[in-house]
Amino acid sequence: MGDRLKRMAGARQTVMGLSLVLLLAACGGTSSNPGPAASQPPTAGMKPPTSIGTGEGQLNLIAWEGYAEKDWVQPFQQQTGCQVNAKYAGSSDEMVTLMANGGGGQYDMVSASGDADLRLIYGGDVKPVNVNLVPDYTNFQAQFKSPSFNTINGIHYGVSLQWGPNVLLYNKTQFPSAPSSWSTIYDSKYKGQVTIPNNPIQIADAALYLMKTKSNLGITDPYELTQSQFDAAVNLLKQQRPLIKKYWDLASQEISLFTNHDVVIGAAWPYQTNTLQAASVPVADTIPAEGATGWADTWMLGTKAPHPNCAYQWYKWISTPHVQAQQAIFFGETPVNSKACDEMEKLQAGSCAQYHANAPASYFNTIKFWKTPLADCGNGKSECMPYSKWQTAWTSITG
Amino acid sequence: MTVGALARERPAGRVTRVQALLWRRSWMRAALLLGPGLTWFVVIYLASLVLLLITAFWQINPFTTAIERVWNIDNFRTLVTDGTYRLIILRTIALAAAVTITDAVLAFPFAYYMARVASRRVQTALFAAVLLPLWASYLARVYAWILILNHDGVLNWSLLLLHLPPASLGYTNWAMWIVFSYIWLPFMIIPTYAALERIPQSYLEAAADLGARQGQTTWDIILPLALPGIVAGSIFTFSLTLGDYVTPLLVGGAGSSFIGNVVYGNVGIAHNIPFAAALAVVPVAVMALYLLGARRLGAFEAM
Repeated sequence: MGDRLKRMAGARQTVMGLSLVLLLAACGGTSSNPGPAASQPPTAGMKPPTSIGTGEGQLNLIAWEGYAEKDWVQPFQQQTGCQVNAKYAGSSDEMVTLMANGGGGQYDMVSASGDADLRLIYGGDVKPVNVNLVPDYTNFQAQFKSPSFNTINGIHYGVSLQWGPNVLLYNKTQFPSAPSSWSTIYDSKYKGQVTIPNNPIQIADAALYLMKTKSNLGITDPYELTQSQFDAAVNLLKQQRPLIKKYWDLASQEISLFTNHDVVIGAAWPYQTNTLQAASVPVADTIPAEGATGWADTWMLGTKAPHPNCAYQWYKWISTPHVQAQQAIFFGETPVNSKACDEMEKLQAGSCAQYHANAPASYFNTIKFWKTPLADCGNGKSECMPYSKWQTAWTSITG
Repeated sequence: MTVGALARERPAGRVTRVQALLWRRSWMRAALLLGPGLTWFVVIYLASLVLLLITAFWQINPFTTAIERVWNIDNFRTLVTDGTYRLIILRTIALAAAVTITDAVLAFPFAYYMARVASRRVQTALFAAVLLPLWASYLARVYAWILILNHDGVLNWSLLLLHLPPASLGYTNWAMWIVFSYIWLPFMIIPTYAALERIPQSYLEAAADLGARQGQTTWDIILPLALPGIVAGSIFTFSLTLGDYVTPLLVGGAGSSFIGNVVYGNVGIAHNIPFAAALAVVPVAVMALYLLGARRLGAFEAM
């Protein structure tokens, strides 16, 4: 399993590196303020600390909902004296914006996903991290030690956290058995009863569906779309709009939509499923036959983080097998620490296999991880739609 | 005279001289009085408006989202040529107008009763009833409406009791119209009430003496005299709706975006501040036109 994954990660790293060099070279001339001109991120030269000093008493996080829960934040606060202040962001774009200017001297860390990582790194908003200060790093599964999305030229710009799929969430009274295809959220039968995230990266979900159902479009990667492939995905989403009750901005919005039976089906994170099931709402989730998009998250450290010592304490804490297991079960995702599996079994029998903490490669490969769409398609040609086009198109879909 | 006495007199003399100067040169007096307020107005308000306008002519680097100070009118061109933004601008203005008309229609009879019919005690009670919702947080009131309008909400529960089919108002533009009309209603009632209360009783008596029927008096005397008050109220309801983005975010559904939501998205999510600035110029321009019209109708005398 390991070899195949490593090869895949390696290939992705090469592709990403190449496309970035080209993209950045193309951008170099137009900017009047000094933008990133080389493939080396602007903060690459910053030396990370070699030891952890006394905590500053505070830690300001930008996180996904469900990533700073009482269960593991409270013991951390008691142990380290670092008071955690978390701000939830609804999308990767929002995270990038909040972390602009290195976190502005306000935010310390961000739980960034793969589609935000490179923007943060090349924007100079996050800085190198000394992974040797995180004891559990050595227990990480191989593909998450130096993944291409947070490690550039051997420099780590963060520590991997958890990963998982975007799922199809459905009401069990409407769907006695799990829908087998994403086609249900494009089906006019459920007019006004569908919800999907208010997030441009959702175009990739449509592209993934088309990749499996309309092979004549020739989509090979849902994040690398030519104009015609992109138009097909956008058209599908425009046809879907009349079916949408609401584009959700925060997970809590989707939870309330399902609780009040405003919707019966939608795209979600496993977190919503767990929260709704805990509240006895008859819902379940599934990964349909077409596969799913997903995320691999990294805690990154802001260039101007005002509380770096507390941040390193957090790195140590959040990587321990027990906390990894707690978060994995709470959110419904897969931990990167290979020792978390046993802890998960202790917390909830069967959860290690349920959330794939033993990570079979076949499961890892069904997920198309979020990444920043670039103009370069990975074949040297600049025919693909860059992310700014995705954002504009998204406004035209939802507006 | 001793030296001490002279020294005592000097400060008093200086104050008198300043007073005399201020009296002779009235512009100095005006400058002193207006200075602090005017400085605040120019620096905080006008300067930020100018900065907004300047930023609207810049653009961003699409990858790093850093602002690039290259002068161009692409942002405005997008606003005019892209159908999506035209639709969002039109939707915002149309809903602001609908809310204003709804509030005017609801507020007029209410304010009339308060100003001219109700007894003193009833008047006080009605005043309290109008102002009481303003004590609760805006968000609490919007969330209350979500609980009323959503699928399992109070409205559908009541309809079910009456054996009527359920309404699906939650997360639609109708929901936004209802919530906005409710939230801004007090801002229409109060100026209308003030205008109606100022109509001299003698005018109505004169109308009656000259044989005008009730409807005629209302149409020809009361309504024209109350109009400045209604227009003053409409400035509030129109501008508050025009600039809102919280209600569309919480109550709106698919295709409920307002100008404010797109501005918010461009500032807080996409980090495209130049485009947000260009879009933010639209409500400023709309309000400028609206206020010009309102002045024609005498709204500012009523305020």
